[in-house]
Amino acid sequence: MDRFLFPKWANTIVPVLGALGAVGVLYVIGMVAFGASPETTDVGYQPEQPLPFSHALHAGKLKLDCRYCHNTVEVAGHAAIPPTSTCLNCHSGADANGVVNTVAVHSTSAKLAPVRESQATGKSIQWRRVHDLPDYVYFNHSAHVRRGVSCVACHGRVDKMEKVTQVEPLSMGWCLKCHRNPEPNLRPPEFVTKLDWAPDGDPHEVGEKVREELNLNPSTNCSTCHR
Amino acid sequence: MASVTAEPIDTTIEVPGKRTPLVTGAHNYGTVTDAVCRLAECKTPLAWYVALGISASLMGMLFGLVGYLIITGVGVWGNRSPVFWGWPIVNFVFWVGIGHAGTLISAILFLFRQDWRTGINRAAEAMTIFAVICAGLFPGIHIGRVWLAYWLFPIPNQMAMWPNFRSPLLWDVFAVSTYATVSLLFWYMGMIPDLASLRDRAKGKIQQFAYGLFSLGWNGSSRHWHRYERAYLLLAALATPLVLSVHTIVSFDFAVSQLPGWHTTIFPPYFVAGAVFSGFAMVLTLMIPVRSICGIKDLLTDRHLENMTKVIIATGSMVGYAYAMEFFIAWYGGNRYETFAFINRAFGPYAWAYWIMVTCNVISPQLFWIKKIRTTPWMIFVVCIFVNIGMWFERFVITVTSLSRDFLPSSWGYFKPTIVDVLMLIGSFGLFMTLFLLFCKFLPMVAMAEVKSVMPRPHGKGDH
Repeated sequence: MDRFLFPKWANTIVPVLGALGAVGVLYVIGMVAFGASPETTDVGYQPEQPLPFSHALHAGKLKLDCRYCHNTVEVAGHAAIPPTSTCLNCHSGADANGVVNTVAVHSTSAKLAPVRESQATGKSIQWRRVHDLPDYVYFNHSAHVRRGVSCVACHGRVDKMEKVTQVEPLSMGWCLKCHRNPEPNLRPPEFVTKLDWAPDGDPHEVGEKVREELNLNPSTNCSTCHR
Repeated sequence: MASVTAEPIDTTIEVPGKRTPLVTGAHNYGTVTDAVCRLAECKTPLAWYVALGISASLMGMLFGLVGYLIITGVGVWGNRSPVFWGWPIVNFVFWVGIGHAGTLISAILFLFRQDWRTGINRAAEAMTIFAVICAGLFPGIHIGRVWLAYWLFPIPNQMAMWPNFRSPLLWDVFAVSTYATVSLLFWYMGMIPDLASLRDRAKGKIQQFAYGLFSLGWNGSSRHWHRYERAYLLLAALATPLVLSVHTIVSFDFAVSQLPGWHTTIFPPYFVAGAVFSGFAMVLTLMIPVRSICGIKDLLTDRHLENMTKVIIATGSMVGYAYAMEFFIAWYGGNRYETFAFINRAFGPYAWAYWIMVTCNVISPQLFWIKKIRTTPWMIFVVCIFVNIGMWFERFVITVTSLSRDFLPSSWGYFKPTIVDVLMLIGSFGLFMTLFLLFCKFLPMVAMAEVKSVMPRPHGKGDH
């Protein structure tokens, strides 16, 4: 027989092909999982900042309220990074005459040099943004903070962070998960900046109560965020 | 082997009480195999290389333009408000339509036990595949952000977002991809016995291995044949509703919208009829020269051509009826926008396109009532060229005239194609012809196994 038929050993290819097919399926599942994984969505992002600002010290030990620095968070869509002048309230260096305010804290600390430089030159401190949403997402801080979504729900325990790290993926799926089921993340609005606050009793029931009181109906349509 | 008595025979003449032979000339089983396999085995003629060179250059130009389009943006086309669907969609519908003849020939005619399909089905199916490839390209690049095309597929993702299953454009994705897959399987499955023949005749090691690989160890046992025929019947039965639904879904792209001139319930059957019409015309346009060049006139006789022209008369008349019915309903419905849409088609700024369409699609196929035209290959060829042109214009007229003037006169416009539009259409023919030429050279162009099944058994329909 002079024709080319598959020889007997070709039969061994069948399980190989089957295995390849299975690998292919696994590959697809893996890619989907990878696309949605926290690493891909920047969880754990922790850039070096121009000066070693510590939330653990200011918010944790000194118990500054979040709104002392991020003062627009209840009224504006954008939660402001405090300007240099906020730092200077406590950390002012020497003024034009070389006189240092007597209540100034660490007025000569090397770590605070960028603050004093900013004071002298009037140039902004170049903070690195950790939580960066694309510009086609119109996130509104005030809408959440005033409705009992705590800082901790999205930013984690910032009062324990030496350096700010992104703890949640900030992906659309993550946003929608809460918009579809907000109760676990709701608390009475007066406690939104109390990062260590925990509800008495079932968090879901507390959330449900808040939801009812404030008549919250988080929307999931496109125009909510993608204006 | 069948006995050989060669006498010239005119297969277009009806002899009462006798079926016309489907294979003419002094053919027996062996010579049929020789005639088909010869194409893959003999030295490639220079003309093939020249034709492939031209086609491949045009294909290169198409891909170059696609690159230019992706880098620059869809504004390189003439699509402007209010006409956002210009040539790319026209070409898409045109090519999808072309593809439908192949499946009609191989599936529907198979279900109707039309033996004359055997001579043409392989080439027609190949034409389907290549036309669907050309068609698939256009919506792919028409979307503006090509790199997000995968959002059209329902894949779980971090956005928790799925496509909207109400859009006919999404149905297109499923329809065309299913159509492409099923046609490819159907074509390939039908080819396996013939690939085995090529394998068995192959002289070189490489050919033997390649054809051996793709013929999947076919040895022609009766068990193979039994299962093959079952599977072929099932695929034919599945492909038949697919042909009808795919072009129906393509027509939904228009019919589902609210636009006067698009929002018409006649579109699904009318588009399908148009698809079969244009597809058959394209098969004839290709096969008339190919059967002479490749020397397979005995397998693809004048009778085959004549039968196809009859399908063209039938579907061409359906298309003509649909044109008339659209006008009738525009008047009868009493909707001023729809009335205007059709008056605008016939007498507006695109009247030239409309009348080209009517001349080519309504008048030219009627010439096939004349037996002389129906049985003269060059005349069929000329008429079919007109049908192809007419059917491209049909899609142009439907898409562009309806969009350019609709509800609000303040948003009326006139569509002007750019050079990129024109070159991409030409380039898509390059892509098509490149694939078709490769097919002609390397694969069995006629379904030998099927042709042999309609030949006279060692004694018994053929021309001897």
